Amino acid sequence: MTAPPQNPKPHFPLSHPGRRQFLRVSAASFAAAGLWPSTVAAQDMPPLKDYPRAWLTENEWVFVLAAVARLIPSDGEGPGAIEARVPVFIDRELAGDFGAATDWYMEGPHQPDAPPELGWQSPLSPADIYRAAIPLFDEWCVSRHGTAFADLDAAMQDEALTALEGGDVPLPPELRDFFDILLTNTKEGYFSDPIHGGNHGMAAWVHIGFPGARAHYREWVGRHNIPYPLGPVSISGERA
Amino acid sequence: MARQDPKKEVVIVGLGWTGAIMGMELAEEGLEILALERGPDRRTVPEMKYPEMIDELSQGERHKMMQRPSQSTITIRRDLHETALPMRKWGSFLLGNGVGGSGVHWNGQNWRPQPVEMGLRSYVTDRWGAAIIPEDMTIGDYPVTYDNLEPFFDRFEYVAGISGIAGNLNGEIREGGNPFEGWRSRDYPMPALPVTYNGAKFAEAARAMGYHPFPRPGGNASTSYVNEYGMQMGACNFCGFCERYGCYQYSKSSPQTTILAALFRKPNFSYRTGAEVLRVEMAADGLTATGVTYFDEDTGEEVFQPADIVILAAYQIENVRLMLISGIGQPYDPATGKGVTGKNYGYQITGSTSMFFRDEHFNPFVGSGINGVCIDDFGMNAIDFGAEGFIGGAYISSAQTNGQPIRSMPLPENTPEWGAGWKSAIAEWYGHEMSISHHASVMSYRGHYCDLDPTYRDRHGRPLMRITFDWHPNELRLNAFLQEKIEALARTMQPDLMKSSYKDFDSRYDVRPYQTTHNTGGAIMSQTPEGGPLNRYLQAWDKHNVFVTGAGAFVQNTQYNPTGLVGGLAYWAADAIRRQYLRNPGPLV
Ligand SMILES: Cc1cc2nc3c(=O)[nH]c(=O)nc-3n(C[C@H](O)[C@H](O)[C@H](O)COP(=O)(O)OP(=O)(O)OC[C@H]3O[C@@H](n4cnc5c(N)ncnc54)[C@H](O)[C@@H]3O)c2cc1C
Ligand code: SF4
Repeated sequence: MTAPPQNPKPHFPLSHPGRRQFLRVSAASFAAAGLWPSTVAAQDMPPLKDYPRAWLTENEWVFVLAAVARLIPSDGEGPGAIEARVPVFIDRELAGDFGAATDWYMEGPHQPDAPPELGWQSPLSPADIYRAAIPLFDEWCVSRHGTAFADLDAAMQDEALTALEGGDVPLPPELRDFFDILLTNTKEGYFSDPIHGGNHGMAAWVHIGFPGARAHYREWVGRHNIPYPLGPVSISGERA
Repeated sequence: MARQDPKKEVVIVGLGWTGAIMGMELAEEGLEILALERGPDRRTVPEMKYPEMIDELSQGERHKMMQRPSQSTITIRRDLHETALPMRKWGSFLLGNGVGGSGVHWNGQNWRPQPVEMGLRSYVTDRWGAAIIPEDMTIGDYPVTYDNLEPFFDRFEYVAGISGIAGNLNGEIREGGNPFEGWRSRDYPMPALPVTYNGAKFAEAARAMGYHPFPRPGGNASTSYVNEYGMQMGACNFCGFCERYGCYQYSKSSPQTTILAALFRKPNFSYRTGAEVLRVEMAADGLTATGVTYFDEDTGEEVFQPADIVILAAYQIENVRLMLISGIGQPYDPATGKGVTGKNYGYQITGSTSMFFRDEHFNPFVGSGINGVCIDDFGMNAIDFGAEGFIGGAYISSAQTNGQPIRSMPLPENTPEWGAGWKSAIAEWYGHEMSISHHASVMSYRGHYCDLDPTYRDRHGRPLMRITFDWHPNELRLNAFLQEKIEALARTMQPDLMKSSYKDFDSRYDVRPYQTTHNTGGAIMSQTPEGGPLNRYLQAWDKHNVFVTGAGAFVQNTQYNPTGLVGGLAYWAADAIRRQYLRNPGPLV
């Protein structure tokens, strides 16, 4: 494994490859001059319902769309997980090394009910945990509320997620980290560089005031208590 | 069938910080040297270049530069009765992999130990009597003093290019530096870096309390610098992607920026990547090693590499495991206290308080690995152990290393973890927080040690190393003492909100959150062969041509980040090899 990381190819064709190439080569200089117009809106992405998935099944996709929409809702200021295209990120991560636990030590024997402070002890990879846990959680929602998670109203969905988080949804020990990885992946998709499929338009960075991949602040060290004025740039040269 | 390669005079296992130091020092003697490195090659360009390196998901979260647990990991249990389980994905610490080792993706915070930490058992006994040392605490004196090591600390600092302000120049206390530090024979090679707003605020508050703030010393260059090998560094730009990342612009002290290019020009030095050493091979008489066997990733075969001198520079964890697997030193037995290899495993204890200021702007992404202001007023040599009821100390600091939002999103108490409340809180509080934390010593104990796991194996069928470690009441008392001091200081700064996270008296070691990669002990240096597997020159007592570098040699951990002492000890051992061992190979003590 050598750095830099090989990022999986996007699963969707970019609508204007020529334009994107242009962005990559010239954004840094334009950004430095402060001349670059906001470009992200111009890049139209396929709507999430048409997104060609790499790992998640139709049912799982419906669940993930519904769950992340409660974990980071769309109302209020800033993007929700849906506007940030977090589900695309999750699908891509689950299809790759992370989903398959390629880098992790997965040899047995496994003791999934070990004290939690001893860390990940499930024999299942993250992708397999999503696969096994979603139907169980949906069944629990049906038995409790008469319908699968995605069809509950927002308040009931929050209640169900709270139960899942608190360990009140009976899941076997090898699935006990499901809520944790779902929430962690959601935040990762929200805040990571757009090359990974989420944080669409860097809107999550704009929301909090993180300048992304600028990574050059020497002249700002001594400017105490003054808000930094520039918006983010991304690894591929977008600017917002 | 193992392949056998032509003999070398020296084989070095691991090409991180200490492998690079030993390689350079011994190459200057004209010896034929081969370094074997388990991971891939790594250069500033192309492997660390901008902007690909600035990717929190790949480096910060997925640890793409680190050792993969699937290659090899360790097992952990908290006491002798628990079943140790493998660290299946990284948490508490991260292990380097590839040329440069952890020296590529460390923060660069560089400290020397205090003189009293080197002679700790004597210091405690002389001051307060042996009775204050808990029965199961196995602290000792290092078999080498601060004064012995001073020239070698200095050497490491000048090679590595450390920025800072001397607080004690040949015994004279100097304004602006750390007045509690041991003496230094000259100032740091570079002046200190400027500090961000949090550091300025902390310094002011600390001074008002009568403390002695100083900028943290370390390996982020404050200006351009050329070291003794002609290696050049340029000033750090506070990129905010230091720890866990390679520096894209030659500012962080690393084997790459300070040693390797010069070393690779030497015709008598060569190195191989994708070469994981599996064991050290022994001569029939058991008194010396004959070389090492490694796995060659390219050809998929085992290779025997004969050598006159074997240097283990594979980081504390793998050094101790290789010693246990190869029979270097008797394995330590916690039941009897007998045996030496694996003894006195140590770690670091930390805790912090966040302060939220609604109307102030910290720009947390303006950060560097060492950026921050420290006080050492609660260090080892400043605390009355007898009165406080513990043995230990800490430095306290306000750091600002990064504002990477996946991992660095401190929020006030009772903020929801998700939902509308979380989403509004991240916008409300990001950039309006600073923190004060402690970085404290951990003593050695009879039951904290390393051995080979009875169950779990790596891909070559070798047993994983097992660590038995937990928080001891001594460190939890120290931690509570420090919490009180930090919270008192934080309150004087009048934040809108405060949030503390410290271990409590029931806390057990939790391997999930990252803490520090400061694993120590297991291959401790000792005055006698009964005390530890290495003598004062890092030479194995029972195999005189094996030398072992790294923090495994620490008799007990210090209150500081380890690499200043690790680097100093490597130069000290190299000096003994150059001046004594090469002329007369045999036990140096
Ligand atoms: C994220 C992080 C932050 C840190 N921050 C700080 C800090 O701010 N201050 C500080 O003082 N310290 C810090 N450290 C610790 C510091 O990096 C180490 O103390 C230092 O690098 C140790 O030097 P070493 O030569 O012993 O090991 P390393 O530099 O890690 O080198 C060991 C090398 O050996 C190789 N290796 C291992 N096993 C084998 C094998 N079987 N065969 C062949 N090769 C092998 C590894 O791949 C690696 O390249 C940090 C560490 C990490 C991971
Ligand atoms: S903070 Fe400075 S030393 Fe660290 S990686 Fe960035 S530029 Fe390099």
